[in-house]
Amino acid sequence: MEHYLNLAVKAIFVENMALAFFLGMCSFLAVSKRVSTALGLGAAVIFVLTVTVPLNNLVYAYALKPGALAWLSPSLAEIDLSFLGFLTFIGTIAAMTQIVEMTLDRFAPALYAALGIFLPLIAVNCAILGASLWMMERNYNLVESAVFGFGSGVGWALAIVALAGIRERLRYSNPPAGLRGLGLTFIIVGLMAIGFMAFAGVQL
Amino acid sequence: MSKSREALIDPLFNNNPIALQVLGICSALAVTTQMDTALVMSAAVVFVLLFSNLFVSLLRNQIPTNIRIIVQLTIIASLVIVVDQVLKAYLFEISKQLSVFVGLIITNCIIMGRAEAYAMQNPPRMSMIDGIGNGLGYAVILAGTAVIRELFGSGSLMGVQVLALAGEGGWYTPNGLMVLSPGAFFIIGFFIWAIRVWKPAQVEQE
Repeated sequence: MEHYLNLAVKAIFVENMALAFFLGMCSFLAVSKRVSTALGLGAAVIFVLTVTVPLNNLVYAYALKPGALAWLSPSLAEIDLSFLGFLTFIGTIAAMTQIVEMTLDRFAPALYAALGIFLPLIAVNCAILGASLWMMERNYNLVESAVFGFGSGVGWALAIVALAGIRERLRYSNPPAGLRGLGLTFIIVGLMAIGFMAFAGVQL
Repeated sequence: MSKSREALIDPLFNNNPIALQVLGICSALAVTTQMDTALVMSAAVVFVLLFSNLFVSLLRNQIPTNIRIIVQLTIIASLVIVVDQVLKAYLFEISKQLSVFVGLIITNCIIMGRAEAYAMQNPPRMSMIDGIGNGLGYAVILAGTAVIRELFGSGSLMGVQVLALAGEGGWYTPNGLMVLSPGAFFIIGFFIWAIRVWKPAQVEQE
């Protein structure tokens, strides 16, 4: 239990997807103008990450990694399909976002209306694919990858909501013309990253 | 001729994918602690962008609109697998350092963005030129950031020691901030500022 808690804390704060690994930066910068939209996208990312990382873990463990096909027949134990990882992971993610979108539309229309436009965007958010690739790189098992997916989603959502809060206030500031908008946002994200570095070394 | 020249030169500074279009930032920040990783990454992105634009453009009249994202992703992912396998075979050390970021070229928004915004509407030759131009625009920012980060962060360029480090009897104390993630954000922020002071037309209006 402690191990999983530690993993989650690490994924949320120490190895924050956005601020330490720069993942999902495009939407991180583009959708952080308002807190309400940032919350919507953050929730969608948590959801999709929690579902896709364990799913990709299963796909990797039972179809792709060296010797993974041995459960089908012992003669297939030699096969190593791990080079197909990129293609299958992105396929799983695209399919999952589609399924999530349709399910929400059918069973939770209110949530669907809130997340609506963000769900398709998520298929190409590098944080989602990044988490699956880290999972493969670090050899997580099923439970670990579920915890890791959830944790990195929470960390990413936390970062984007915080940035949106700062940017809302920033509208009243008066920076040099060339720095306005994107330039200043980068510098603020840098300062936030310094803040998050205070968590380095935190362990439970 | 002038039109293709424009497609090639324009993305370098006037319409830079990173500084103005806000595309493909993730990897730009992560691989720039050293020159050699930044250059290999840029080469990989130029290659993928060139061919994804070419193939998407060739298929643009056959791709059904509803599933175009999946088709584009499949083309891009296949190209990235090629790049990844080549890097693993010939530049194993660098491919270890780039780790997941090679795979993340798939979701690099520059590539999807150009496929969607340019290659879906334009003929193959122009799309290839657009791909090279945008790839180079990405490379310019990457190389610039990497020079600053490697020089001031570890006192070297391309792995060759340029500034003698204090720890080894020299005079230069490396600036640790440059190697860490906040340094990358600051440098790109200042880059954007510099480009916009130079080209005031890019300043954002509130």
